[in-house]
Amino acid sequence: MVRVPRATPHQVMAAAGQARPADPDSPYRLLAGWVDTGRPADLAAHQRRHGPLPVPAYPGRAGPHRLIGVVDRSGLRGRGGAGFPTGRKLTAVAAGRRRPIVLANGCEGEPASRKDHVLLSVAPHLVLDGAILAAYAVGAEEAVVCLHAQDPLADTLRAAIAARSGDPVPLRVAEVPDRYVASEASALVNFLNTGDPRPTAKPPRPFERGVRGRPTLVDNVETLAHLAMVARYGPEWFRRLGGPDSPGTTLVTVTGAVRLPGVYEVPLGTSIGQVLELAGGAAEELQAVLVGGYGGSWLPLPSGGGIRLTHADLQAAGASLGVAALVVLPARGCGLAETARVLRYLAGESAAQCGPCMFGLPAIAADLTAVVEGAAGRRGGAVLDRLGGRLEVIRGRGACAHPDGAVRLASSALRVFGTDVRRHLSGRPCPWAAGGPRLPVPGDAAPGAR
Amino acid sequence: MSRPAAGRRGGDARLGVNPITCRAHGLCAELLPELIGLDEWGYPILAASPVPPQLLEMARDAVAACPTLALRLSGAR
Ligand SMILES: Cc1cc2nc3c(=O)[nH]c(=O)nc-3n(C[C@H](O)[C@H](O)[C@H](O)COP(=O)(O)O)c2cc1C
Ligand code: SF4
Ligand code: SF4
Repeated sequence: MVRVPRATPHQVMAAAGQARPADPDSPYRLLAGWVDTGRPADLAAHQRRHGPLPVPAYPGRAGPHRLIGVVDRSGLRGRGGAGFPTGRKLTAVAAGRRRPIVLANGCEGEPASRKDHVLLSVAPHLVLDGAILAAYAVGAEEAVVCLHAQDPLADTLRAAIAARSGDPVPLRVAEVPDRYVASEASALVNFLNTGDPRPTAKPPRPFERGVRGRPTLVDNVETLAHLAMVARYGPEWFRRLGGPDSPGTTLVTVTGAVRLPGVYEVPLGTSIGQVLELAGGAAEELQAVLVGGYGGSWLPLPSGGGIRLTHADLQAAGASLGVAALVVLPARGCGLAETARVLRYLAGESAAQCGPCMFGLPAIAADLTAVVEGAAGRRGGAVLDRLGGRLEVIRGRGACAHPDGAVRLASSALRVFGTDVRRHLSGRPCPWAAGGPRLPVPGDAAPGAR
Repeated sequence: MSRPAAGRRGGDARLGVNPITCRAHGLCAELLPELIGLDEWGYPILAASPVPPQLLEMARDAVAACPTLALRLSGAR
């Protein structure tokens, strides 16, 4: 637990980024209030800690542009999976001719992730501040918080919005169908425009032509919460934690074979092993960790424990940060069986619009299932070759990145669990292949499933 | 982003397909086998390289022949 001194008043901000957080060196930024009080921050608590919305710090006609510059210099990158530089996206949206729209993506369709849920539960006003500030920066006429339909958070956010006053841009909540691909950026736009929650082909990208034909900024809710802090405390403060290519802190969801599964906030650059320690350490002997969610990559343990959570380090290790979810597979688990099950889930979540996705994902799921079950018999090697070929052919050929995630997952499984592949093919699967699922998918009865 | 220098004629012309409107008719691959293959499900796999000038006319024909207007040629002059 960190001790946070009594919050200092922030009423007056002479210049942008001049306010100081209560504890500038704390590793808890987004979760500081929660760690400190154990209570979700209502508007009063939020403003005691962070001060009012810092729009007055960016006055005049040049103010929005200056705010974009501050975000750009902070080096903030999107927390929704792709890690795109937030300042660049703001610039692109602001460059459009028509008044933009801002979408705060809080759907968190990723089954391995709970961080957006936790953030929206404990610090809703930080996210709303970020949505308003982003809207102010790009000159948007509206900011929409996108959440899954039937998610109790929708009521939480509606109440939070009702409690606010004086925001320069109207805020509202939109409820989106609870499907994996419905929260992809172009699918959100399509849903708000037509009621169809499926992705659309690019171009045009949402920043070019999105909701009601307007340039549309789609940002993850955690990205926006960081933005709300960058606008107050400035880029230098933001860069005090994290690395040059991946500054700041990140929320990370840790599940699987650790003693204290949950959502943690860590500086980017923290090693995987350190994060697992934070989550109580190994609950039993470990085998591998899935990094970046169900469209992410497997890394072996313990050897992968030294890899740091930065975009560059993970890329060098053949993985990617994705949504910063770690699923820890114990030694007594079958990575291939888990992967095959998740692939079947991902195949079922295809929006069934693009051939390589709607036919390709079931095909690779079936191939890997055949390998796991040893069903291919002596033809096993041929199935494996076919799977490898299909993984090559599918990548990059959908209208959205959904199939690419499935390909990344499957390819990394073949790499990391290569010994198991040979065992399964020779009819000697590990004893754990038939065991209970370690990676829950929606619809499972397993505890911990959404 | 850096782009390859444009050749004399259509040097950075590139084929693209809208994977949502493509109906796997396969006509494009018949008309332009030099640059378009088909996957096992009948969907086109496009060459990543620019369309060479001598194939530009055929590429235009393939685009025009696509029954769903899924095939595009961009950057061609
Ligand atoms: C299949 C699929 C599902 C996605 N689901 C989410 C999601 O639930 N939440 C989210 O923030 N981004 C999601 N994304 C990423 C969004 O398309 C978009 O890149 C992101 O919201 C941008 O925010 P950022 O720049 O702040 O990361 C998804 C992408 C894909 C391909
Ligand atoms: S790639 Fe798959 S999920 Fe994405 S739009 Fe095409 S069919 Fe839908
Ligand atoms: S001709 Fe058009 S619809 Fe047919 S495969 Fe080619 S791109 Fe797809």
